[in-house]
Amino acid sequence: MAELRFTKDHEWIRVADGDVYEIGISDYAQSQLGDVVFVDLPEIGKQIAKGGQAAVVESVKAASDVYSPVGGTVVGINDALSADPGLINREPTTGGWFFKLKTGDTAQFAELMDEAAYADYVKGLG
Amino acid sequence: MSDDENLKFTPLDALHRSLGAKMVPFAGYAMPVQYPAGILNEHLHTRAAAGLFDVSHMGQALLLGPDAAVALETLVPGDLQVLKEGATRYTQLTDDNGGILDDLMATKRNDGLYLVVNAACKDADFARIEAKIGSRAKLQRLDDRALLALQGPKAAEVMARLAPDSVGQKFMTLRAGKIGAFDCWFTRSGYTGEDGYEISVPASQAEGLAKLLLDQPEVKPIGLGARDSLRLEAGLCLYGHDIDTTTSPIEADLVWSISKRRRAEGGFPGAARVQKELADGPSRKRVGILPEGRAPAREGTEIVDAAGNKIGIVTSGGFGPTVNGPIAMGYVPASFAQAGTPVGLVVRGKTLPAKIAGMPFAPHRYFRG
Repeated sequence: MAELRFTKDHEWIRVADGDVYEIGISDYAQSQLGDVVFVDLPEIGKQIAKGGQAAVVESVKAASDVYSPVGGTVVGINDALSADPGLINREPTTGGWFFKLKTGDTAQFAELMDEAAYADYVKGLG
Repeated sequence: MSDDENLKFTPLDALHRSLGAKMVPFAGYAMPVQYPAGILNEHLHTRAAAGLFDVSHMGQALLLGPDAAVALETLVPGDLQVLKEGATRYTQLTDDNGGILDDLMATKRNDGLYLVVNAACKDADFARIEAKIGSRAKLQRLDDRALLALQGPKAAEVMARLAPDSVGQKFMTLRAGKIGAFDCWFTRSGYTGEDGYEISVPASQAEGLAKLLLDQPEVKPIGLGARDSLRLEAGLCLYGHDIDTTTSPIEADLVWSISKRRRAEGGFPGAARVQKELADGPSRKRVGILPEGRAPAREGTEIVDAAGNKIGIVTSGGFGPTVNGPIAMGYVPASFAQAGTPVGLVVRGKTLPAKIAGMPFAPHRYFRG
């Protein structure tokens, strides 16, 4: 698996193929949300700015926004989530990915936290 | 949670934390929203076996004196005079406009009434009762008692094992007796749509009782998150959301809680509005709503007609684990209240199709023996 990078909003991102990135939410995020029951994914072709609202994830209790760690165009969504949103709880950084984004600015990726930095960040949240 | 220092704690606080509960502020108390099993599992466990809930934040009181029932009837539309000793009734405190100040349970005792009211309203409720009828009956707060709820199809088996006095107890009645070594009052009632008990116990005994109940193989601890999804599936109102001072008991579809005598006689605050709505029908009504897709429609979601005009608002909405889909309740004009009527729900700018539905969403399984 390619290296994961993280945002302060608890999204992860990894290189899927060249300038296409795969995006989801972290294990910490899914543990805070609890049982996911619905996910609203972006439409393919949609342009999303870095930090823009990209998806909505709903647990039994509440709805939360998911933001895109980088700017680009949506080129794929994880259809498996509509039938089995629990994948986000069980496999947050693998089978529970949300969408794929093609970006013209691959340098954005390196500016995000790596796994060690993110682990420290989460620890700091208490 | 900046107001942490002002939070109150129930007698089970240490137990919740030792069980790994996620604690949140609710009505001024630190309360368990879920345990490590999670809301979904806790909900399903309650419907399959038995769940233990800490509801010690709720307000308990005695209203003492021979006139307690007659006096309290001046503040609520429920029929309290008809109650025999040990019988429990659901009713509402109404205001002069017929709005709902709180909903509550009242149980007849030989010395008056035992009351259970909502946590967020308890100070105002008790102040109002004292101010309005304090000269006719004496209000005695029971702040030194905890309240637990044991709910689910296995609750009666658990109680039969630990509390022989519970055997044969009817729905909506209270008995006083021992559960294990603990002196309790237990009412066969609850807020989940399942058979079960609400158990009042001295605060100093609460942890021992909770541990005894949790030691039973059928019983798991359940947090406020599942309490909310269970009551929503059961079609039960949450005060401050589905009912408040803007909603009358008739609009809220609580007509069943007002007896024929009280409908005719009135004699409670806002009786004129209630009687008018009984005669003419309310202009709007609380209804169940089933979204057709998978997207939950949360509290505050606009309900629209086929032309996109706003006709109402969702007052509770989420995911029903037993229904295995989204469910909601809200208020719509009476002309839209028929089950099966198509409506739209505006979720994140998109209008999603939904239908008005009868409630409960999950069938009630109260003990009717």
